[in-house]
Amino acid sequence: MGRFLVRRLAQSAVVLLGVTLVVFLLLQLVPGDPVRVALGTRFEQDTYDALRERAGLDRPLPVQYLSYVGNALTGDLGVSFRSGDPVTGIVLERLPATLTLAFFAVLFALLVSFPLGILSAVKNGSVLDHVARVFSQFGVSVPDFWMGILAIILFTGVLGWLPPSGYTPLGEDPVDWFKHLVLPSVTVGLVTAAILTRFIRSSVLEAMSEDYVRTAEGKGLSPRRVVTRHVLRNALIPVVTVAAVQLASLLGGVIVIEVLFAWPGLGQLTFDAVRARDYPVLQGAVLLVAALFLLTNLLVDLLYAKLDPRISVR
Amino acid sequence: MSEPVLALEGLTVTFGSARGTARVVDGVDWAVHPGQTLAVVGESGSGKSMTVLSATGLAPRGAKVTGTVRLLGEELTAMSDADRRRARGRHIGFVYQDPMTSLNPVMTVGRQVSEACEEHLGMSKQEGRKRAVELLGLVGIPSPEERVDNYPHQFSGGMRQRVVIAMALANEPEVLIADEATTALDVTTQAQILELVAGLQERLGTAVVWITHDLGVVAGIADRVVVMYGGRIIEQGKVDDLFADPAHPYTQALLAARPQPGVRADRLLTIAGTPPLPTELPPGCAFWPRCPVRGDARCEHEEPPLVEVAPGHEVRSFYRADPAVTEERSA
Repeated sequence: MGRFLVRRLAQSAVVLLGVTLVVFLLLQLVPGDPVRVALGTRFEQDTYDALRERAGLDRPLPVQYLSYVGNALTGDLGVSFRSGDPVTGIVLERLPATLTLAFFAVLFALLVSFPLGILSAVKNGSVLDHVARVFSQFGVSVPDFWMGILAIILFTGVLGWLPPSGYTPLGEDPVDWFKHLVLPSVTVGLVTAAILTRFIRSSVLEAMSEDYVRTAEGKGLSPRRVVTRHVLRNALIPVVTVAAVQLASLLGGVIVIEVLFAWPGLGQLTFDAVRARDYPVLQGAVLLVAALFLLTNLLVDLLYAKLDPRISVR
Repeated sequence: MSEPVLALEGLTVTFGSARGTARVVDGVDWAVHPGQTLAVVGESGSGKSMTVLSATGLAPRGAKVTGTVRLLGEELTAMSDADRRRARGRHIGFVYQDPMTSLNPVMTVGRQVSEACEEHLGMSKQEGRKRAVELLGLVGIPSPEERVDNYPHQFSGGMRQRVVIAMALANEPEVLIADEATTALDVTTQAQILELVAGLQERLGTAVVWITHDLGVVAGIADRVVVMYGGRIIEQGKVDDLFADPAHPYTQALLAARPQPGVRADRLLTIAGTPPLPTELPPGCAFWPRCPVRGDARCEHEEPPLVEVAPGHEVRSFYRADPAVTEERSA
């Protein structure tokens, strides 16, 4: 277990290093000069040169990269071209909003998809099954931003129950925090719920046709016990992976939704950084997202070993 | 003779499909008595497994089951689903073909053995665990008190089948149903499992229904044999009678197809053709298209009845197998 963790963490470090290299090189390929963008249309050549030098952009690429990685190891991700503030602070400041949105979206998705997916499989062919299938088809095929717009029109425009956009920190006003949270997290959660419902349904159906389920029925266990003890424990193992991938992708910030709901998370930060060619911020955001992704995957692997006795962490 | 433990009368299983009704099991009657072993023999698709599964309420979805099934004198077919389920769990044990897939991979073997005791005998978890250790020891698993907490993947195929048997015996059932229980095992393990079941049967007085296509197994363990073809019983009798004097041409062909030690054959004998599909059963004798005796038009158009040819030996054929063939073979 200890050795497994050490090995996995070492692997993660290598992946992160790779991520920094890929992002760094990609940014070199993006047309446009960040310093020009930062300065606007009218500027003095001296100011331009000074800014380039301060950002280290006048040095050779390998040197730029190595100094970036070296600084990153000490927690210094550089300074924003736009505001001049340290990137580490800017990125971490956005983390709570994204974590909140991802957490509540996944929570909503799990609360909907588990009962729906399981019942849909157990009562295969019933009215409920058809409802669940239509729901998941709808959720997978309708774009989330469109659903978000419809939700704003309905809950803000027509009913006037919820604010259309924005974010209030939990510490300031819990009620307002929650009101702002509902629309974006349900919008994002619906898509995730649709994907998970589908997956859970097929996974449960598959498990129900396994020989060990017939064995359990042969023992004369009640249908409820057969499902809870034998079908679900097996069927939900692969679901954990899919749910985790969903969570990890939400941790990266849902760009379109964050922009739509003016949600100050990593997604919006990434969007703004791209528009402003604020490369240090963009790099910092991508690095953080990659780290969150790796962490989620590591936790899933540990959870897997807990759920499936055939897998051992060594 | 004592009352049968499990008795089937006119058991019929049909499936409605787009291509018409499939009659998978048709009017099957048999009974098994305490301590006795009944072998149900037939090729794949002959309806032998479906008979037992349907009789005990484990028919797949969409199956229509008619006929009467009595378990310890109680009419299983007249019970509610829940009562039938309880009767099954309490009085019948099942051993299945493939021990690699018939155990739940994420549950300890101990829990899998004990859960039936908890469900039907009202045992607590601790009692169930004690019982599981005892049963695992009974079926010959070494150091059962340690193995009880292991998972199926930590056992070999033969050991897993022992676990399945322990599970089947958990509630000391009156009937043990072994559905191709040795088919997936290698020959040595097969012999061990057969010996184990025979020994347990002797000690516990359990009746055993052994569903198999392996006539070698039948010869070794059965008291009575039922031969099925195309969803019907085509011959049944005491094992010695049936092996010495097979009356149905199919039974004879089946026996002749066994490789014999000491007899060098360039090719193994086979029965030409394939068994009929349940949706395309011929109007007359189901075996007629493949029959080596090949009787007249009556065979083709008229279903032969099951008639007694000797005490306790019944056959469904207008024509008898040629005894000369059997004699020549055993000579």
